[in-house]
Amino acid sequence: MARSLSTGISAFALAAAMGLASLGAHAEESLTVVSWGGSYGAAQKNHMIDPFQKDTGVKVLFEDYSGGVAEMKAQVESGNIQWDVVDVEVIDLERACSEGLLETIPHDILPAGADGTPAEKDFIPDALSNECAIGNIVWSVVYAYNEKTIGNTKATSIADFFDTAKIPGKRAMRKRPQVNMEWALMADGVAPKDVYEVLATPEGQERAFKKLDTIKKDIVWFDSWSQAPQLLNDGGAVLVQSANGRFYDSIRKEGKPFVIVWDGHVYDLDAWAVLKGSPKKDLAFKFIAYATQSKPLAGMSDVAYGPTRKSSTPMMDPAAAPHLPTAHLDKGIRAGSEFWADYGESLGEKFNEWLLK
Amino acid sequence: MSSLTTTEARQAASAQRKKRITAFMFVVPLLVFILLTFVAPIASMLWRSVHHPTVAELIPHTLEALKDWDGKAVPDQHTLQIFAVELNGLAKERLSGKLAEEFNRAYTGMSSVVKSTARKVAKLKGDDLRDKGAQTLLDANPKWQRTDLWYAIQRAGEKYTYDYYLTALDLELKPDTGIQVREETQIYLQLYSKTLTMALVITLLCAALGYPLSYYLAGLSENRANLLLVLVLLPFWTSLLVRTTAWIALLQTNGVINSFLMGVGLTNEPFEMLYTSFATVVAMTHILLPFMILPLYSVMRGIDPSYMRAALSLGDKPIPAFAKIYLPMTLPGLSAGALLVFIISVGYYITPALVGGTDGQMISNIIAFHMQRSNNWELAAALGSLLLALILLLYWLYDRFVGASNIKLG
Repeated sequence: MARSLSTGISAFALAAAMGLASLGAHAEESLTVVSWGGSYGAAQKNHMIDPFQKDTGVKVLFEDYSGGVAEMKAQVESGNIQWDVVDVEVIDLERACSEGLLETIPHDILPAGADGTPAEKDFIPDALSNECAIGNIVWSVVYAYNEKTIGNTKATSIADFFDTAKIPGKRAMRKRPQVNMEWALMADGVAPKDVYEVLATPEGQERAFKKLDTIKKDIVWFDSWSQAPQLLNDGGAVLVQSANGRFYDSIRKEGKPFVIVWDGHVYDLDAWAVLKGSPKKDLAFKFIAYATQSKPLAGMSDVAYGPTRKSSTPMMDPAAAPHLPTAHLDKGIRAGSEFWADYGESLGEKFNEWLLK
Repeated sequence: MSSLTTTEARQAASAQRKKRITAFMFVVPLLVFILLTFVAPIASMLWRSVHHPTVAELIPHTLEALKDWDGKAVPDQHTLQIFAVELNGLAKERLSGKLAEEFNRAYTGMSSVVKSTARKVAKLKGDDLRDKGAQTLLDANPKWQRTDLWYAIQRAGEKYTYDYYLTALDLELKPDTGIQVREETQIYLQLYSKTLTMALVITLLCAALGYPLSYYLAGLSENRANLLLVLVLLPFWTSLLVRTTAWIALLQTNGVINSFLMGVGLTNEPFEMLYTSFATVVAMTHILLPFMILPLYSVMRGIDPSYMRAALSLGDKPIPAFAKIYLPMTLPGLSAGALLVFIISVGYYITPALVGGTDGQMISNIIAFHMQRSNNWELAAALGSLLLALILLLYWLYDRFVGASNIKLG
């Protein structure tokens, strides 16, 4: 009995090992692409992943994550690379790239735009400014209100977000210092171009926290952008912060009476990057070159994220044009990736301290 | 034994050994599993919280030169020169970003300084690097002239350090004053005490709710008790997230409870229940209640009802009889339940974050922050190790005063 059992166990182990080995063999023709899920992920699947699978026959495993560099760091440090291509927020990109977590992407893999403009000229400069990634979308953090719950006075500016006398009710914000600190300063009268300069000083940080103090008891905190439209819909909050595409998707697909306020929005890029040491580096480059062509990028306007290629503009749905961050750049500021690389950790701690007060 | 021959004895021994090996084989998968998923991660966490060789590996020569530094003024030209050469090398190997992050951790705001300086230093070649390196460094940013920066670099260069534990205890080490309370931010002690208080409240509530229910269940006939136990277990078959979200639907401003209260005219204004500590306590008590009921129930089932009857027939009043006879016999179950609930709730993370709002910040959330966002795994490890130590301490106290041997899970 004992013998047959141990033979059984070793047979099982052998089978398991063979199974793993065969998985490894299969993995040759597949590529793991990681992005943010939700409506954004769906748009990427429609316009980038599915066409790529169809045209090349490569199987793409499309997975979700919620940002940050922790998972990438863990994979690169342990040498056990599970992800090949990752959609990175530029705030994290700066850091991931300089820490050596990402491969350098040569720009000569990028094809010319649909109208024949060479890639270097076709992309907006910010999209190619980091050597580790190719810009994919321009997106923005905005706030929105629901026509049904706002009442008679409508919000129009970033100062209104902090004005509970004018617009009473809860505000929903993502629980982190990023964007919230910038908004507090802008609402307190700091000129948009000076925001990061002021925020780098202790007095500026104190000023931002003071402004946040004025609405602290009215803030509902959430951890993921996808929670935001729900909060706005069920009346959990009157003014809700989120990525513009999340609101746009609810407006367009579900006909929600949400209105986006663009004043003081903080825009940023998302970019495709390849994990350092990925065994499928070349295939990953091929995917990025494919996904950042004019047409797939134009498809991102489905969720109101602006394309990073100029040649994509004529291919977009014209109805989406006024909802793209690129149509409102004058009202907002570019997220300071360098600033957050410097102060992300110390302000993160201070922010938590402030939460506890 | 004397009646056995040596051969027989040997056979018996080998049969015994075989049995033992077979028994061991059965346990091996579990043992390997525990080693891999439990012991190894904890060991690596403890190790990481004190061992941090990154800076020492990146700029070994600079640190070597800094050994002779008196700590009073900017390090001498020679040291700066060595650092410039090393920075130049790092920039070429694309490692300056790593150094930037490490320096930034030791001295806030250094990330961009290191990166921009590295770009400038990387342009220098050969003799230029050797002659002008130090000057380029100082010209690139005035921060390089700060004494406290170099002190921070020196500290960060230690391969073995207890600095992370200091930070985790809201302390810091200053060159002139030694260990003192951290000036910038003090959050960790507050978070620890808050987490423990919450866990305690939840444990007490679970005991208060679970005890009578288990008592009632233990007194029922087997069939009915089993039926009701299924109801206790039912929440286990639902995902944790779903249960938490259900509480959001119940507690929110326009939620079920408020609509009901306003509908029957008990109140005109909705109560603020969601995103408060109240919501956290309610939701977590609900989620953890089965962990209290199950051990309590199994212990109570085993108690012979005749003990209580005997006490009563001998003339004791019901309440003293309960306190003297019944309660002590249920203590093993109560201890086990309380310990389970307490320890689980100390590490709880999702529920407070979802329903607790501003108050929902627990020590586990800040550990997650350091793991995922700030990437300071060493600090996260130190915080985790302290939490582990704290729990072990509490367990030890518990063992001293109550005795761990009487814990009974069923």
